[in-house]
Order: sequence, then C-alpha cells, then structure tokens
Amino acid sequence: MTADVLSERGARQPRSGWPTWMRSIWHNAFFYRKTWRSSIISSTLQPLLYFFAMGLGLGALVDHARGGVDGVSYLKFVAPGLLAAAALQLGIEECTYPVMMGLKWVKSYWAKVATPLDADDVALGHLGWVAFRLLLSSTIFFVVMVIFGTVTSFWGLLAVPAAVLTGLATGAPTAAYAAVQKDDAGFPLLFRLGVLPLFLFSGIFFPITSMPGWVQAIAQISPLTRGASLIRSLTLDQGIGVSALISLAYLSIWFVVGVWLTIRAFRKMLIV
Amino acid sequence: MAFHLPSLFFSPKRALDVGMLREMKRKRKNIHPPEIFDGTLQPIVAAHDLVKRFDSFVAVDGIDVEIFQGESFGFLGPNGAGKTSTMRMISCMSPASGGSLRVLGRDPAVAGAQIRSRLGLVPQEDTLELELTVLDNMLIYGRYFDLPKKEILERTTRLLDFAQLSDRRDEKVDHLSGGMKRRLTIARALISEPDLLILDEPTTGLDPQARHLLWDRLYRLKAEGVTLIITTHYMDEAEQLCDRLVVMDHGKIVATGAPRDLIVEHSTREVLELRFGIDGHLPHVGGLQDLAERIEVLPDRLLLYVDDGDDALSMIHRRGLVPESALVRRSTLEDVFLHLTGRTLVD
Repeated sequence: MTADVLSERGARQPRSGWPTWMRSIWHNAFFYRKTWRSSIISSTLQPLLYFFAMGLGLGALVDHARGGVDGVSYLKFVAPGLLAAAALQLGIEECTYPVMMGLKWVKSYWAKVATPLDADDVALGHLGWVAFRLLLSSTIFFVVMVIFGTVTSFWGLLAVPAAVLTGLATGAPTAAYAAVQKDDAGFPLLFRLGVLPLFLFSGIFFPITSMPGWVQAIAQISPLTRGASLIRSLTLDQGIGVSALISLAYLSIWFVVGVWLTIRAFRKMLIV
Repeated sequence: MAFHLPSLFFSPKRALDVGMLREMKRKRKNIHPPEIFDGTLQPIVAAHDLVKRFDSFVAVDGIDVEIFQGESFGFLGPNGAGKTSTMRMISCMSPASGGSLRVLGRDPAVAGAQIRSRLGLVPQEDTLELELTVLDNMLIYGRYFDLPKKEILERTTRLLDFAQLSDRRDEKVDHLSGGMKRRLTIARALISEPDLLILDEPTTGLDPQARHLLWDRLYRLKAEGVTLIITTHYMDEAEQLCDRLVVMDHGKIVATGAPRDLIVEHSTREVLELRFGIDGHLPHVGGLQDLAERIEVLPDRLLLYVDDGDDALSMIHRRGLVPESALVRRSTLEDVFLHLTGRTLVD
C-alpha cells in the first residue's frame, strides 16, 4: 500500500474543464499567435495565385476555345479543385516538419507527455490543430470563390468541411509516416513524388477523362481526385449524387485509418 | 537570524524558518524514514523488483525502492546505470517491463495520466519552447494541467520570483543562460503544485555558480515539504540535497541509505591521496598496505582509506617515502561508489 495523496491535494487544484486532447493544442495556438499573419498569407496566397492565373487567365482561353469545361466556365471548374488541392497541400505540410519538430527537434511533444496528456492526446491534438488551420484557410479561399461567383449552390456551404476532410484524409497518414522517420530526409521526396503528381493529375486543372485510360485508373484512387470531385459537385449545383457519396466514403476511410495510424505511431514514439 | 521562505505551497511548514528546519533535519538524521513519520505514512513511491528492458538490453534490473512523503531521495550512479529509465517509469512516461510500481498510491499502468497530474518533471534535457517567452512557456504548461489562465498567472508571478527569473518574464527563452533555463524548467514543473518533483540530473552541464544557486532553490523546496527525487552523478550534489539515496550500477541498486551512513558503512573517516609521478605509484602499493584499511589504485594516484590521514602521512614520511603530492580529505560518496563498484563515477 502506498499513500493516496492524489485525491486530497489534486482535488484542490482549480480546473478549466478542457478535454486533454484540446489542451494539447494550446502549444500550437501560442506559436500561431506569433506567426498567424505570415502563415495565413503563405497558406492562402498560393492557391489564390493559381485561382487568378489559371481560373481567369487560362480560363479566358479555354472558355473562348471550348466554351468551358463540362458545361461550366473554366473558373467554376478549377476553383473547387484548387480548394481541395490547397487543403491537401496544407494538410501534408502541417503533418511533416511540425511533427518532426514536436517529436525530435524541439521535443515539445515530450514536454506534453510529462503532464496529464498522453500520446493519444498529443496525436489528436496535432490533427485537431491541422483541422483548425484547414478550416481557416479553406474558409478564406471559399469566400474568394463566392465573391467571384463560382459557388452556384447552397450545397456549396459544405465545400469548406469537405476541404477540411480532404486535408485531414491526406494529412493524417502523413503524420503517421512523419512520426516514425529518423529525420526529414524523406519529406522533399514526399512533396516531389507525392504531392506534386497528385496536384497535377487529380482532375484539378482538367477532367481526368482527358487522360489515357490507365492514368485515369490511377487518378481514380487519388484522394485528391475524390476531394476535388466532391467539392465540385457541392459548389456547382450537382447535388449529392452517388459519386459524391462514394468520394465522401473514400475520404472518410482515409481519414479514419490515418487517425488510427497517427495514434499508433505517436504511441510507438512517445511510450518507450 | 530567521527569514521566511517564499510560500509556494500551502504547506503547514511554510511558516517555519530555515533555522528550525535545520534543527528538525539534524534530529531526523540517520533515522530510517518510516520512523520519522511514526510509521503512519505510506510510501508515495514503492517499487518492487522493478525491471526495464529495451529489446535484449536490461536498463533496470529488478530494483526495490520506497520513497516517503517529504523526503529528498537520490538516485546516484554513473551514466548508463539505469537512473533515467527508473525516473521515466516513476514519472509514468515509460511502462515497466516487470515488477510492480506504485506512485502516489496508484499503478502507472492504469492511472498514468492521473498520477502525472500530480507530478512535476524536470527532464534531463530541457523541453522548453525556445522561441516563446518565459511567460508563454508557463502559460502553455499550466494549460496542459487544465489550470485556468488567472491561476497560472498568479502562480507564475510567485514561481518566477522563486526561480529568480521575474525580470525575464517577457524574454525569449532562447536568450536565457543554461542555469536560467534549468530554473525555468523547475518553475514550470511546479506550476501544478505537484506532490512529487522529479529532477533528472538537474545540474549537469551547469557552471559551479549556477549549480549552487539551483541547489539553494531545491533546498528551499525541500524545506517547504515538497518530496524530491533527484538523479545525479555528482557526489557533492547527492550529499547536499538527499536525505536518503540509492547507488545504482548496471541497472541494480548496490547500496541504500543516508549519505553519511553510507560513508560510515563503506568507507573510512578520511582518505589520503598520494601521487608518485607518472606510473610511479604502483610499486608502493604493497609497502603501504599495513597503514590503511584499504587502498584503491587509480590510474594516477593511490587512495589510502584511513581514520587519520595526517597520521598516516607522517608514517609514510618516516619510512622515507616522498610522494609528489599528498592530500588528506574526508570520505565522500565517491569513495563509497569506488569501493562498491571498483570504478569512479565520472570518468
């Protein structure tokens, strides 16, 4: 038997009543308070540049020559795709270097597991923070989309949550991968051989049906293809069809498996 | 000369002055802890046959330890002795591979988070946020313990005062010295008013001045009734701070007791250190055996374990031996360790 002082003195401590995984996010929030301006600019500027260059510039050409894509203007076609692509990119970025910082470089995550937080809280807190970042930048991009008249359906309001899902569905497995890496050597490869091809061949800039059959087959399994197609069906008044539901289910599977893998990876790294 | 301690905790001892505490401590000395507390208090850390394995490597090899409330308890040993692994198990961050462990009355395997909510951990490596300010570090850490902001701010004022960092509140941690970072890590660990403060090599890598300041702060905590667990490979640190300690080597406990008792038990009152130039000391070992209870042969010198060092030295001189240098000193824990393991602690 040992003395049980937990209940006596512990009970006297004042509490805010936050769930443990949410307390983990304070750490990110404090950093963000310092960097939010530059961070918002960098995470929304790139997709906005594409939006203007491709949507308006290239779009004028496409619309003039072919009368748009799939019956809508090129801008309306490309905007939801860019929303999905920006979410994917931010999701993966926030799940590579920041994970390495927390676990290996700055070891902030080790400070967390010395407190009431455990490895699961740290994993969920990380993904929770990524979700918040996705929500923020997706909302900004969505507002621009609305201003330029590319959202023609009330279903479009669901485009933001769909973008967050796309970012998490790809970010979560990335976090699991990043957590078990010795160093950041694999990250540039991930961006060049993973993110860039996904960005180019997932039906963002042109319908995947314009590619050869075997490339189409590969493109079909890309989560970005599913994310772009889901968001497009929401913003373009195509309603929730079977295809949209399949995309939703597909992304949800990626998301759930990714979260599970992230929790496992964080446990493996932090509980030794 | 009585001055009041800064009150960090709502402990009944806080009104006592240092003089009284020293007196109490003197009375306690050399008494086994359970008797100090009339046998009514249960240990707040109890480990039995505790084992930590990493694959085939056994870091902690079946140790038994009981630590009591209000005690300052040390784990002493060279690098790789298993101290940090033991600390990590006690702080509920690392699961035990075998044996039983109870911390604050609970099993870390099932109540880890609950126990950690009442612990303060000062890890070997500071895990501070270097890019943020001192205050931000305190705020973030306090939030992990679910403390309301107002409470954290109040405690931070008090704790930074204690850690002598009040004037650095808004400075980036990156700009602090090693000793300041260490004190901040301790202040941070105290934000939850823990029942048990665990310090893993608190002064490693600090200059002497910073070490002494840190010791002073830890001594104050101890005086306030905070239970401390300290690992160290510095003898003087253990002698200064620990009521009781265990000496660890190769994952096992090789001795347990109060620092003074261990010295009495495993060493003599004094030590005579002799140098005879490079490799010149080896031929003298045989001829000096009768003068000392025991002789340790180190690469560069001989250690003669004697009750009266000056006496032994004059005998040596009378025999016509002229050592290059001779030093008489009191026995320390270093000698205990040397006797028990045949090795010095810090190579």
